[in-house]
Amino acid sequence: MDTIAERDQWVNHIHPLVKLVLTVAYIAACVSFSKYDLTGILRMGIYLIVVFILGDISFRDSLRRLRIVLPLVCFVGLFNPFFDREPYLQIGSLVITTGVISMVTLMIKGIYSVLAAYLLIATTSIEKICYALRLIHVPAILVTQILLTYRYVSVLLEEANRIMQAYALRAPNQKGVHFKVWGTLAGQLLLRSMDRANEVYESMTLRGYRGEFYYAAKEPCKGKDYLYLFVWLAVFALLIVI
Amino acid sequence: MHMADALVAPAVAATMYVCSGAAAGFSVKKVRLESDPKKIPVMGVMGAFVFATQMINFTIPGTGSSGHLCGGMLLTALLGPYAAFLTMIGVLLIQCLLFADGGLLALGCNVWNMAFYGCFLGYFLCWRPMMKKGMTRGKIVGASILGCVLTLQLGAFSVTLETLLSGITELPFKVFVGTMQPIHLAIGLVEGLITSAVLLFVYQARPEMLEGGIEKEESRFSFKKTMVILLCAAVLIGGGLSLAASSHPDGLEWSIEKITGSTEVENEGNSVHEAAETIQEKTALLPDYAFKGSESLAGTSVSGIAGSLIVLVVCVGACYGFKFFRKSKR
Repeated sequence: MDTIAERDQWVNHIHPLVKLVLTVAYIAACVSFSKYDLTGILRMGIYLIVVFILGDISFRDSLRRLRIVLPLVCFVGLFNPFFDREPYLQIGSLVITTGVISMVTLMIKGIYSVLAAYLLIATTSIEKICYALRLIHVPAILVTQILLTYRYVSVLLEEANRIMQAYALRAPNQKGVHFKVWGTLAGQLLLRSMDRANEVYESMTLRGYRGEFYYAAKEPCKGKDYLYLFVWLAVFALLIVI
Repeated sequence: MHMADALVAPAVAATMYVCSGAAAGFSVKKVRLESDPKKIPVMGVMGAFVFATQMINFTIPGTGSSGHLCGGMLLTALLGPYAAFLTMIGVLLIQCLLFADGGLLALGCNVWNMAFYGCFLGYFLCWRPMMKKGMTRGKIVGASILGCVLTLQLGAFSVTLETLLSGITELPFKVFVGTMQPIHLAIGLVEGLITSAVLLFVYQARPEMLEGGIEKEESRFSFKKTMVILLCAAVLIGGGLSLAASSHPDGLEWSIEKITGSTEVENEGNSVHEAAETIQEKTALLPDYAFKGSESLAGTSVSGIAGSLIVLVVCVGACYGFKFFRKSKR
């Protein structure tokens, strides 16, 4: 994700705070549509299409990345047709109930929200999102902690992978970790992580860490950022009203 | 249990953001007061650890399925409730942004449902009260399982409540609750067991890492307290549970009944046996666990209590006697 977010695209250079605000506003606008307003929610797709094109982000790649989550998002509305059987529309002999409409609307809302969050992270690195969070006065403790967690996720995932590989080689034909070694296996990883945390702290202190990260380049919002924000907010308002 | 954005109405999402934000603000204040600069890197790495353990599949014995670790309860036992809560917020935010697991708008709900209950209630209702008088292996297992079950049940209930208040799904509330709660009871039990296994390992390897683990020394053995507990247990078991004792013959009696047709072995005129039986009948205070010539329940209870007390006195007496003889031998 970092490589996509670091590319030299026009959208990637928009101020992170603007993109964060827009994403939250977009998701809030999407979910505020009535559950039977299928055409309204479909119109909201325009934001996604524009950002996908402007950011030169592969739609297929995004679907591949979200392949596990998207079915789950769609699952929530599956029961609506069973409980809401009022007829809504008749095409020939086919009767479409309000339950089916609300199910599809709910699914689209879910897919749009997931894609909007994906577009945010695909055009903005976690460091920049954290910088935006600091600008809206989210406490430094929380932001630093998020940054560190993000930084170490890949390291610890690799370590966990190594442990699992070593376990699988010593315990063939086992689907998961045997209950007798639940504690030892995860506990070893925990102790190693704790030791690593201490090392991280020591090296950070040696480099001048006193409780907060300092950003070398402080980016203020420019004219194009304000324009981008207000244009999209106006579009959202328009799409909700019509 | 991660809620998607489509499941929450903006008003519910905003309310939950405010609630979670208030808890986060309070936690930040508390962590700042601790003024331990080491805590933040530890929180960061522990957050990453929770991620890493998500990829480990713990096989549940007897089933084909697997479970995962309960992050909130584990972190609260290691870092304390405030730091654990902030760590969980970081974990949930990264899960939401990078893995699309839970929505950005629903983040406030997810923080409340998973981090707040897991860290605060798990700590203040389960971990701290149970570890107050020293930490033991049994207490760690008990607190982990109880904490996980309790926090997952509350979390699952909150999910249904927030969905209901949002008016999103047509699924009736009762059906939703009826599905969510039992599923999360099973998940809570498994997660509790895995969490307790990890915490037990830490307790053995580095007890000082656990919250409250410094006061690790087992509570000093109190003879008086032990005697009172034993007495209470004896009265309860002897008096209360003897009422529920089976009226069917026990193993030995059952075998005898199979062979002879009666639970009592008939005496075949052997003079030694007859003499022993007469003595036994005369000395038995409560024959067949009841008053002489009575079938009342009170008799059964009294005989249960009396029997327990006699056994207790005999055992304690025997121990003291044994100690006395050993001392006198030296």
